[in-house]
Amino acid sequence: MSKVSLRVAGLKVHYRTLRGDVKALDDVTFAVADGETMGLAGESGCGKTTLGKSLIRLDGRMRHVDGTVELDDEELPIGDTARMNDFRFREVFIIPQYAMSAMNPTRKIGKMTKELLESRGVRFETVRTELKRRLELVGLAHDVLDRYPIELSGGMKQRMVMVLSTLLNPSLLVADEVTSALDVSTQRAVAETLVDFRDRGFVRSMIVITHDVSLVYQIADSIMVMYAGKLAEKAPTDVIVDSPRHPYTQLLISSLPEVGVKYADKRLTGIPGSPPSLLDPPAGCRFRDRCPLAFDKCSEEPPFVEVEHGHYVACWKA
Amino acid sequence: MATTSLAGKPEAERCCTVDRVSMVYKIGAFGGTDLPAVRDVSFEVRAGEVVSLIGESGSGKTTLGKMILRLCPITGETITVDGVDISTFKRRRLKTYYRSVQGVFQDPFSSYNPIFKADRVFSMIKDEYFAEVNAAEWRRKVAASLEAVRLSPDEVLNKYPHQLSGGQLQRILIARALLLDIRLLVADEIISMLDASTRIDVLNLLADLKAQGLGILFITHDLSLGNYVSDKTVILRRGRIVEMGAPDRVFGNPLHPYTKSLLTSVPQLHRKWERVEAELAAGRAGLTGRCIYHERYPNGDGPVGLDAERPTLAEAEDDHFVACFQADGEETC
Amino acid sequence: MTVPSVDQGVDTKVDRVPGARREALYFALRNKKLVGGLTVVLLFLVLAVVGPMLTAHGPREYVGPPMQPPSSEYWFGTTTFGQDVFAQFVYGLRATFRVGILGGGLTAIIGMFVGFTAGYRGGLVDETLNMITNVVLVLPVLAVLLIISAYLRVRSVEVQALIIGLFSWPWVARAIRAQTFSLRSRDFVDLARLSGVPTRRIIFGEIAPNMASYLFMVFILLFGGAVLFAATLDFIGLGPTEGISLGLMLNNSVKWSALQLGMSWWFIPPGIGITAIVGAFYIMNVGLDEVFNPKLREM
Repeated sequence: MSKVSLRVAGLKVHYRTLRGDVKALDDVTFAVADGETMGLAGESGCGKTTLGKSLIRLDGRMRHVDGTVELDDEELPIGDTARMNDFRFREVFIIPQYAMSAMNPTRKIGKMTKELLESRGVRFETVRTELKRRLELVGLAHDVLDRYPIELSGGMKQRMVMVLSTLLNPSLLVADEVTSALDVSTQRAVAETLVDFRDRGFVRSMIVITHDVSLVYQIADSIMVMYAGKLAEKAPTDVIVDSPRHPYTQLLISSLPEVGVKYADKRLTGIPGSPPSLLDPPAGCRFRDRCPLAFDKCSEEPPFVEVEHGHYVACWKA
Repeated sequence: MATTSLAGKPEAERCCTVDRVSMVYKIGAFGGTDLPAVRDVSFEVRAGEVVSLIGESGSGKTTLGKMILRLCPITGETITVDGVDISTFKRRRLKTYYRSVQGVFQDPFSSYNPIFKADRVFSMIKDEYFAEVNAAEWRRKVAASLEAVRLSPDEVLNKYPHQLSGGQLQRILIARALLLDIRLLVADEIISMLDASTRIDVLNLLADLKAQGLGILFITHDLSLGNYVSDKTVILRRGRIVEMGAPDRVFGNPLHPYTKSLLTSVPQLHRKWERVEAELAAGRAGLTGRCIYHERYPNGDGPVGLDAERPTLAEAEDDHFVACFQADGEETC
Repeated sequence: MTVPSVDQGVDTKVDRVPGARREALYFALRNKKLVGGLTVVLLFLVLAVVGPMLTAHGPREYVGPPMQPPSSEYWFGTTTFGQDVFAQFVYGLRATFRVGILGGGLTAIIGMFVGFTAGYRGGLVDETLNMITNVVLVLPVLAVLLIISAYLRVRSVEVQALIIGLFSWPWVARAIRAQTFSLRSRDFVDLARLSGVPTRRIIFGEIAPNMASYLFMVFILLFGGAVLFAATLDFIGLGPTEGISLGLMLNNSVKWSALQLGMSWWFIPPGIGITAIVGAFYIMNVGLDEVFNPKLREM
């Protein structure tokens, strides 16, 4: 068994709203091994982005209710924004959704990089050579540093963001929907850059959050599927795609049209119904109402257990 | 003649014909620079047929859809629907046109005015086209239309857009189009913002409507979706068609380098990138250094468009057309 | 407040739009700036409506001994010529509200017309209207007004409102044009076009309701602006030739050296009136901004 890099145990994070707490993450327990690229997949509102954010920075509306996050055997003070500063960027970093459009349009990229580094107490000069080497690696010319974000294409911006976020070789990188706004061909380049960075040791392990299972199938070692704020299944990539155990994963995978599949030959079906509200989630299995296999026992909450080596499922039928 | 199979179809069968259409955006101060968004694009959509228009951002696919819907001006030659040129329609004539051609757009939430209830899209149709129909009969008509898109009226009527899911909203928009006597539906990325588990239902719905004789122009950036429902695939790149034909030919035997690169980049389930790449490389082995288009038209001066003399596409096999392999077609290869 | 990242099931969602209205009202009633501003404006409005009934004299009548300080008979004292300052003040308030509503309203109408047309039509129409807007924007208003007034023998509140309306619409037009631009590209506008809805109804039925709160705020701001503008005109001697207004009272008090003669009762009421009304409107505007814009709400 390889060394564990990230260990999340019993994590509960709620969103505060006027109508009450939204239980966006409920009792999430998993581990990411050293060197592992884990794909985190799920539909909108399943809590995957919340999970990503919880590892780095809770925003004002998020509340850490329970559970621990350990990175390299050191507990992260995720509820404490100020203390997390020591870990952010150096140990754990996130490429948030829409990071590309979050770049300050009035700052040249080089200046922005410098400010970012210096806000973390790193002198720009000490990393300059390494920065240039990495820009070359992803196929960006050095002069991007003298350009404004608007002069870069989406793919270039995303690569710039990736270089920036891994510059201090964080232990864990969380990439939230980094490819979703990109064209197909750029998408592949960006996804492969992520793998390349891992192989070169710029990051040790990665969590790639996406709604697109087929994308993480291409690059991830394992895939974790979330449903309505809870974990549904985690297994090595091929196992998830070829022999999923959780009914939700099964239905999800079978609803995806593939190149070559035609309506006339094979009519695919979606999953009827919609996920429960997380303001007041039902007891027991949260997929119960939409699940074709549901039975009495599903009114109890199924534990997220290892059914095979490295294959975890939260379902009584698995 | 290479173009006969395109041009030779009887007029009655053709629903919408796009013939050598171009679109140029003026950019910069005083419209100094021309940015061609669509260049010499010709294709047709027949009744009971789904045509997938596939392209990345900037390929001009949305512009083409909007031209057919007359939401942006048509330049170049013509777009005809049922044999009538639509580019000059004004007011009343345009309103009549919308009886037979309708569209559904990408973002279900932006398609509804957030301050009104979702069924306003129905009442708008009633006010404009069915003012004389009485309320009870209208309710029946709406209910029937909603049933056709497999929604129950109680579930969706009298609700605000944010109370409904993306999939429901898109289906309501299709139901709205069905209230009119439409022959052509332009579906612009209508499922790209939906969740995976609900996408396929909307896609199946399109397939059912097609079976009832509706012509559908399905605009998407996702090759696998385009393949699932369509009878014909049109691949656009920077405003030009690069490859067109039956989906199994275009996807099974991609000839144009761009189509190939798209196919090797799209993430697929069960097939890793490396494998797809190796397979396609084997398939295209005989094509290295060749250009089917220029082999057929050495001077690049063959017929264009559907009926006329200079095609931008050469027929490589039955129902499979390909453009010059040179990326932009500006230079000869 | 909605929870953007959590997509709830259909039946659990609550009505947001009626909720939004209720929510706006909820915050409106708790917004001190809005309530305070509104109270001040309403007080003056009541005074303007009821005031003239409390006094037997017309504003320009010579009713009593000149230069009287406030007394039980002449509440605000009298002018150098023995006119009742209170009568002038309450009639002046009426003129002030009239000019605010007419001037502000006219400005809003012209600005909305130009803004909506330019923003929705785009292209050549937009460029032309934009040019006109810019020309009016850079006109030296006061200089033009001096010339106009030289030709106008009779000036009434209505003429004043007209002048205000004709000169202060450009920034309204600009702001509305920008908003219309962004709303026009929304899919629901395209869908309305596909439903055969005529342009005018698209603008007023689809686009304008989305800016209702903004338009309301614009009107509030314009009202205050028009009152201030009218006072300026009155003060430099371009006020109504008939009747009275707060600005004209100030103008007269200065003309007859009220300050030097220690007749503070002559200029203080109109001064306070203008300052309070305009100030109240601006504060209301800030308050409304907080009500409509959740980001500014102090929770």
